[in-house]
Amino acid sequence: MHELSICRNIVELAQQHADGCQVQRLQLAVGKLTAVMPDALKFCFEALSQGTLLADARLEIMEIDGLAQCAVCGLDFTMPVSGARCACGATAYRILTGQELKITELELKRELS
Amino acid sequence: MCTTCGCADNAQLTVTRMHGPKSATDHGTHLHFPRDTRTRQLELDVLGKNDRSAAENRALFARQNMRALNLVSSPGSGKTTLLERTLSDLAGELPMAVIEGDQHTLTDARRIRATGAPVVQLNTGAGCHLEAEMLGLGLTELQAAAGSLIFIENVGNLVCPALFDLGEEAKVVVLSVTEGDDKPQKYPHMFRAARLMLINKIDLLPYVNFDVQACIAAARQINPDIEVLELSATQGAGLAAWYDWLRAGRLTQPAEVAREATA
Repeated sequence: MHELSICRNIVELAQQHADGCQVQRLQLAVGKLTAVMPDALKFCFEALSQGTLLADARLEIMEIDGLAQCAVCGLDFTMPVSGARCACGATAYRILTGQELKITELELKRELS
Repeated sequence: MCTTCGCADNAQLTVTRMHGPKSATDHGTHLHFPRDTRTRQLELDVLGKNDRSAAENRALFARQNMRALNLVSSPGSGKTTLLERTLSDLAGELPMAVIEGDQHTLTDARRIRATGAPVVQLNTGAGCHLEAEMLGLGLTELQAAAGSLIFIENVGNLVCPALFDLGEEAKVVVLSVTEGDDKPQKYPHMFRAARLMLINKIDLLPYVNFDVQACIAAARQINPDIEVLELSATQGAGLAAWYDWLRAGRLTQPAEVAREATA
């Protein structure tokens, strides 16, 4: 259940960047190659956000597909969790996307005067 | 959904007692405050804190001319037995030290201490993996000699430790033949993160239904570059190749390179 410690980091980081405001929505980018389960994150977030600036925040998770670039022919191809090789047969590649684990947006409540 | 304007998101609604004349944006009891929130665009790496600690560990290893290997596997694959044997067989040849990770007990650290190697036990409690900051505390306690080869025995778990860089030069995944040859497909993240796969307990191959070649093919489907050694930590088969791998210092590519590629 590494999602618990990941969520601790999320709540801590978000609070540092919230300017003391209540957070209404937190957008998270989660790559599909990261071994992080969105449902487990949501479960942990519910528990860990209590009593913080994120207590009422909606967690919005953007899942990002794995994409790799072939080191031989340069073609981009989809990289599923189970692994893949380029259509040209080469097995050398560079992962382009799918390993993200980032907070990308915070929606902060303004104080109404 | 609001039938007046078609807005859908009730979570955005804030109810405030209004004073003064009715404004153009309120209708009935449904009040709009289009400016009541602001959105901040960010690029905050959730694991940034761990990665910074890992970088500190890596810098320490570099300063002290140490090499560190992160041993990962499911519980019961034989990591501790392999370490006992390795520490005994290579004692006197190169300085070695061990950081043991388990949820509870000092059992593994006692086994390692019996070999004479310096060892520190990290108990994570409910934690399912080691994090870089924990390792840093362990290293401070360990006070290993400069030039040491540090073995980090992670918590037995094929999922969570894949994600946490500790500052090691490589992850070594241990898989025993009693676990089944389909482990790489079932736990792809770990096999993608590892530099070397050790197939352990090969002395038991005659008694179990384990296809070594199928297992290697499955691991390379996920990680084409993964190196593979087959051995038996209890019977000694294949250990010479493992020791050669350690001696060769084939630990030239820091684990952080993979992460940087997508940063």
